[in-house]
Amino acid sequence: MEKRVVFSKLGLPILLVAPQIVITLVFFIWPASQALYQSLLLEDAFGLKSQFVWLDNFIALFSDPHYLNSFARTVVFSAATAGLSLGVALFLAAMADRVLKGATAYRTLIVWPYAVAPAVAGVLWFFMFNPSIGILAYLLKGLGYDWNHYLDGTDAMMLVILAASWKQVSYNFLFFLAGLQAIPRSLVEAAAIDGARPFKRFWTIVFPLLSPTAFFLLVVNIVYAFFDTFGIVHATTSGGPAQSTTILVYKVFNDGFIGLDLGGSAAQSVVLMAVVITLTVFQFRYIERKVAY
Amino acid sequence: MAGLEFVGVRKTYPNGVKAIHGIDMAVSDGEFVVIVGPSGCGKSTLLRMVAGLETVTEGEIRIGENRVNELEPADRNIAMVFQNYALYPHMSVFDNMAYGLRNRRTPRDEIARRVAEAAGTLQLEGLLDRRPGQLSGGQRQRVAMGRAIVREPEAFLFDEPLSNLDAKLRVQMRLEIKRLQRALGTTSLYVTHDQVEAMTLADRLIVMNAGVAEQIGTPLEIYDAPATLFVAGFIGSPAMNFLSGTVADDGAGANLDGAERTLLVAPPASARRGRITVGIRPEHLEPVSRETAALEVVVELVEALGADSLVHGQLADGGEGAAVTVRVDGARRVAAGEVLSLAVAPNHVHFFDPDDGKRLA
Repeated sequence: MEKRVVFSKLGLPILLVAPQIVITLVFFIWPASQALYQSLLLEDAFGLKSQFVWLDNFIALFSDPHYLNSFARTVVFSAATAGLSLGVALFLAAMADRVLKGATAYRTLIVWPYAVAPAVAGVLWFFMFNPSIGILAYLLKGLGYDWNHYLDGTDAMMLVILAASWKQVSYNFLFFLAGLQAIPRSLVEAAAIDGARPFKRFWTIVFPLLSPTAFFLLVVNIVYAFFDTFGIVHATTSGGPAQSTTILVYKVFNDGFIGLDLGGSAAQSVVLMAVVITLTVFQFRYIERKVAY
Repeated sequence: MAGLEFVGVRKTYPNGVKAIHGIDMAVSDGEFVVIVGPSGCGKSTLLRMVAGLETVTEGEIRIGENRVNELEPADRNIAMVFQNYALYPHMSVFDNMAYGLRNRRTPRDEIARRVAEAAGTLQLEGLLDRRPGQLSGGQRQRVAMGRAIVREPEAFLFDEPLSNLDAKLRVQMRLEIKRLQRALGTTSLYVTHDQVEAMTLADRLIVMNAGVAEQIGTPLEIYDAPATLFVAGFIGSPAMNFLSGTVADDGAGANLDGAERTLLVAPPASARRGRITVGIRPEHLEPVSRETAALEVVVELVEALGADSLVHGQLADGGEGAAVTVRVDGARRVAAGEVLSLAVAPNHVHFFDPDDGKRLA
């Protein structure tokens, strides 16, 4: 089935793949290897000289309770963000699948948040929840909850999770909707005739057929929560209060550029790199192959 | 089990398109009724209305004694076989068949017994653990049938169930469906666009065109006395020949456009003086000697099928639109360009009013 093109000379094929290779080298391989190398160095405070320290940075990292704390917070944050954005997106997609009038307009509206820059999304939610002027904080106060993400670590974490999920819902929604529309209508009709009520139809027929999409999105969302949420955290809580929202990717920035511990920061990015590579391998190996009918 | 009844059933889609223009019919218990018509005639819509997948705009559908217009598909106790089978791809064959029973909280051992029984009838015993993706087209078709029969419903609904199969399998499954329906005695409604399927399966046929039931009757009633030009052209293969002409002055025959001699078959008394459409099936024309012939046809093309040959030609001086197809014995050699002299079986000539397309009786 696979069509292979055979070139008689080597020049043209090399020329054709060269742009891709150059981009990969300059923007991925070079910085990544730089990070790898730097993670083995200890730099002085003025950046004048550095010292090769082998794996000392990593050892220091994993014996640092702040780092381990941050790791735990990141797990909570990404699980909550992925769960919330997947759940909301699935719900919206299941509803949008039935919309008959104004379907296009409705879908376009739902997709909009994806076009909003992370920092802007963060600021948006930051204002809505602002303890002194935010409308949502005001409403919560009316319900008897004293929202203050400046002082309360849990509130701050919820704010970041909300903002991060909100942005990702559109992306998930698009995939879920496409997945739902790929399910033949006659399957759902057959289930209806077979006596399954709408709720049961969804869980026994639609959701299992959607599971390849769901697994794919789960990995994408975890990667998103791990790596693409810097802007949201930076714009809303700056990792605080008391580091309660300092997720790993934010700590890389904070320790490296604020704390000027370049070696330790590089070591942290190497750990993150390992995480993303693991997730990607996991996705390719197990998900794309096994969850197919 | 139960009969089925349509009372003034109409369907108008929200966008104003009228799909069904009023169907009245009663299907008796255990009867096999086939709805046949060209695509877009509303036959699938009618079936889906019985299933509860489309709402009824006007009129009433009854299953047994009960009006079912407002019931959910699940509460109508019917089973449906879909054109694309609609098997659940993530479930085994066993689970596919058991799904409807589980939803109805049938006891576990009862499910196992019924599925095993259906699998036995349909020769699916060895395949119960497979997924639909691992089955051939014919096997999938059987699983879809099995899913319908384990439910022991009041009625079976078939929506073009054989159109995804190859020709040989289609003939085989056609026989199996007929045999199964006879054995179970379940009322069945079967939609198809294939008139051969319709003729062979049906106890009674509904021929539909543009949302109207043009004729309802047994296959042979419809073949022998089609009620309209549409039915006459749709049922029977190859299609009936239509020749236009005028009623002869003495009323004892018809002068066909492009034919020398008057066709000496008397049109019914109700035929007005003037234009008339005469229908003759290809199998009711017979090559004879020139002296006794009623029609002369110039042969253009011959399709030899073996047992018989289909001769396509035109009336000798017919000009445009006087095409005639004749079914002749396969042993007879006919060549293009030849002039074929034909006699007409007088009991098998049909007369239609060319204006409203109705049969003249």
